[in-house]
Amino acid sequence: MSNEPGQTLVPRPTLSKKDYMSDQIIRWCPGCGDYAILAQAQTVFAELQIPREELVIVSGIGCSSRFPYYVSSYGFHTIHGRAPTIATGLKVSRPELSVWVVTGDGDSLSIGGNHTAHMLRRNVDLQVLLINNRIYGLTKGQYSPTSEEGKKTKSTPFGSVDHPMMPLAFALGCDASFVARSVDIFTVQQRDVLKAAYHHRGTSFVEIYQNCNIFNDGAWDQLVDKQVREERCLFLENGKPMVFAGGTKGIKLNGLRPTVVTLGEQPDGRTITADDCLVHDETDPFLGAILARMDYPEFPVPMGVIHRKERPTFDGQMNAQMEAVVAQKGPGNLQGLVTGRETWKVG
Amino acid sequence: MKPLQSVDDVVIRFAGDSGDGMQVTGSQFTNTTALAGNDLSTFPDFPAEIRAPAGTLAGVSGFQIRFSSSDIFTPGDAPEVLFAMNPAALKANIADLKKGGMLVVNQEKFTQKDFEKAGLTTNPLDDGTVDEYRVVKVDMARMTKEAIEGLGLGTKEVDRTKNFFALGMAYWLYNRDTSSTEAWIQTKFKQPFVEANLRAMRAGHAFAETVELFETRFEVPKANLPPGTYRNILGNQALSIGLVVGAQKAGVPLFLGSYPITPASDILHQLSGYKQYGVTTFQAEDEIAAIGAAIGASFGGSMGICTTSGPGMALKAEAIGLAVMTELPLVIIDVQRGGPSTGLPTKTEQSDLMQAMYGRNGEAPVAVIAASSPTDCFEVAVEAIRAATTHMCPVILLTDGYLANGSEPWKVPNVDEIPDFKVNFRTEAEGFKAYLRDAQTLSRPWVKPGTPGLEHRIGGIEKAEGTGNVSYDPKNHELMVHLRAEKIARIEVPDLEVIGDPGELLLIGWGSTAGAIRSGVEMARSRGYKVAYTHMRWMNPMPKNMASVLRSFRKVLVPEMNMGQLARILRAETLVDCISVSKVQGQAFRVGEIVDVIVKHSGGRATSVPERNMRTEA
Repeated sequence: MSNEPGQTLVPRPTLSKKDYMSDQIIRWCPGCGDYAILAQAQTVFAELQIPREELVIVSGIGCSSRFPYYVSSYGFHTIHGRAPTIATGLKVSRPELSVWVVTGDGDSLSIGGNHTAHMLRRNVDLQVLLINNRIYGLTKGQYSPTSEEGKKTKSTPFGSVDHPMMPLAFALGCDASFVARSVDIFTVQQRDVLKAAYHHRGTSFVEIYQNCNIFNDGAWDQLVDKQVREERCLFLENGKPMVFAGGTKGIKLNGLRPTVVTLGEQPDGRTITADDCLVHDETDPFLGAILARMDYPEFPVPMGVIHRKERPTFDGQMNAQMEAVVAQKGPGNLQGLVTGRETWKVG
Repeated sequence: MKPLQSVDDVVIRFAGDSGDGMQVTGSQFTNTTALAGNDLSTFPDFPAEIRAPAGTLAGVSGFQIRFSSSDIFTPGDAPEVLFAMNPAALKANIADLKKGGMLVVNQEKFTQKDFEKAGLTTNPLDDGTVDEYRVVKVDMARMTKEAIEGLGLGTKEVDRTKNFFALGMAYWLYNRDTSSTEAWIQTKFKQPFVEANLRAMRAGHAFAETVELFETRFEVPKANLPPGTYRNILGNQALSIGLVVGAQKAGVPLFLGSYPITPASDILHQLSGYKQYGVTTFQAEDEIAAIGAAIGASFGGSMGICTTSGPGMALKAEAIGLAVMTELPLVIIDVQRGGPSTGLPTKTEQSDLMQAMYGRNGEAPVAVIAASSPTDCFEVAVEAIRAATTHMCPVILLTDGYLANGSEPWKVPNVDEIPDFKVNFRTEAEGFKAYLRDAQTLSRPWVKPGTPGLEHRIGGIEKAEGTGNVSYDPKNHELMVHLRAEKIARIEVPDLEVIGDPGELLLIGWGSTAGAIRSGVEMARSRGYKVAYTHMRWMNPMPKNMASVLRSFRKVLVPEMNMGQLARILRAETLVDCISVSKVQGQAFRVGEIVDVIVKHSGGRATSVPERNMRTEA
């Protein structure tokens, strides 16, 4: 915003969640987990007061990829798996925009797996909401790359023999600079994660467990139901010991392997307290690798920011390089370019 | 001093192993020839393998240059001088050498071992193979070694300088000034290689001067080109510069998304060095990411470009459809090569025309433009950006390996004289709709994200005319299909220009065949045949006078380096019974082949009954 001398700076009106709602009718199935994610995102946009004209939502194909139509901002509903490519071209050429990629498990890990990998390693400064429901919804119920083995679906009537991938471990393998997890119904925690993602410079990769109540209802219930979530989720806080189940259990390291311990007096008489547990350090990629592999039922599933460590962004470096060249060589002389170095005259 | 004989038109070819530096030799000879004021045309021909086994046929790399005192349009059918650095190069190229032509061989490489590598059982220098040529045997290895003695170079390094010995001989033979190459050597190499290469070249020059092997040297007078400043330029270079100029004329930054692929990679290389011209280059993880990023950049207000070849075009098809649907400007450059699949990566072909015209799902019309010569690549690049930005649509620009790596003199244009076509981004919120159309061009507004009050969503799902909202309405879909087609049809395209004799026989071509067709028609006319030619630049939309031009001739021939793709399209569009003249050898048409086909269809006419089947002439 320029504030010219002699002009009165008109303060922008404060934007509310409602201001980020578009006029389009939302066409997700009633009860779909996407409603909750959309609502949290719109709430966060308002909390952060992101100017609507500077907000761009880019999506691929799938149920979740209808997201841009429902946000009153700039939006691009692209083609299957390719949202990271379009977002990369946009962000590199327009680094001042706030670019959010919304994608699903099929879109980002199956057809678009390649682009997801390269976006992450490049560290393009954007937010990625990977909405993971472990099923293909829009094509009406085939298994996805995160579906569990043995899953019976329309395309696997005798059970799937595909082994599922671990999205966050994959992201860390691509040297992602920000990796976090949330759940559609964890509204408050989800908003915290989205805000952290926004403030991180680089690719902020957020996996959000989502319930497809039509084709994979209850896929995450055993982890996220009110009755069990304290026991089966590990809510991470940076610098704090990893304890869960209402403070009764914790994670300790045994050699290179994490183990679940019950706090308090042990059968051998020793006492384990929270202070004996592993302390979360978001900046430690080795710890991140351990957390990203922890899965139910052997472990509680880590929630929150698993890894966060800033490194130069792709768009930042691309633009810095251009500025450096212009500073060194000066703006290009177009006629000089056309004429070249070796010429001869006729006539 | 040996006699200097003046000649008008010369074709020479350097051939050797991929590691022999033949491309360097050829391009240095080309630059010097250009600076001497000749018109010229070049044809580099190299294998896809970077270093095939030394001495084998698979590893032969060649560079042909034709230079002339008059206007020329092809690199020539047959060389009169062939430099063969080994038996494999001799075997692969000797059939092309004109009878009575000069064959210069690197003697040390003509041993039993080398014959075996080349798949020869006898020595081609004394088994009759070269009886009809003037053979000049030169012990390049020994003389190069002697020339650079004392510089402390190893055998391999000595061996690598002998191409400069050959170049020195060629410079003497055609009375060339060596100073441009000397300057180039100074900038390109470090010591002691500067000294070694200079000495090798001077040794070659001195050798040719002193020995009795060459009776004469030749001089090709300056060509009578229109006045102006000239430079020599390759097709890919001209294209790269055209893209920069086009984007500046449109007043938008240039964004190239590209994945390396032969023979298009040089455009990526070149543009990556142009940051001071506001050019962003993005080497993507694959062909799809390359076009995706270009589309993203266009959405953001840049001129999105991607460069590729046939296999990459196939991968980009879906994304091109997205650009059609979202009506964003985009230029997709296809430097065609032999196909299908991996095909012939380093050889030329025109077999992607159908792919460019129709290779997408749904009714997805795309503007298609084709360059006809290395220098024409500049003009079509500017023209493609003009069409893409003024009509808000993707444009496919077709060139091919022959244009990409071929070079010719270019009269340098004054960039200020190229008209601007500045983009007006919409900023006015009042009355804005994402798919509101310009009454004349039918283009929708281009809005940069970041513009307050114009927030909108676009995507690949069918759009409601006007609002751009998602629409599944049957009538709206039909309307949009027609509007997208009409938008392309409204791109202004100049009429076809016919040159030659009316009414009898017309040759119509597109792309890189222009030079051969023009030269062939001119040669046939000089022999009294009644024939005309015309050449297409815009493939879609077609020139408005297409049907009337074709119908005004008794017979229409369509020479193409494919199985008759344009012939098929012309038949469909005009109902004229065009005859396909097809060549699919990974090689350009020779002028002689064009003349032959003209002769066949002019004189040998047994009946005037039009042939009804799709015919193909070899």
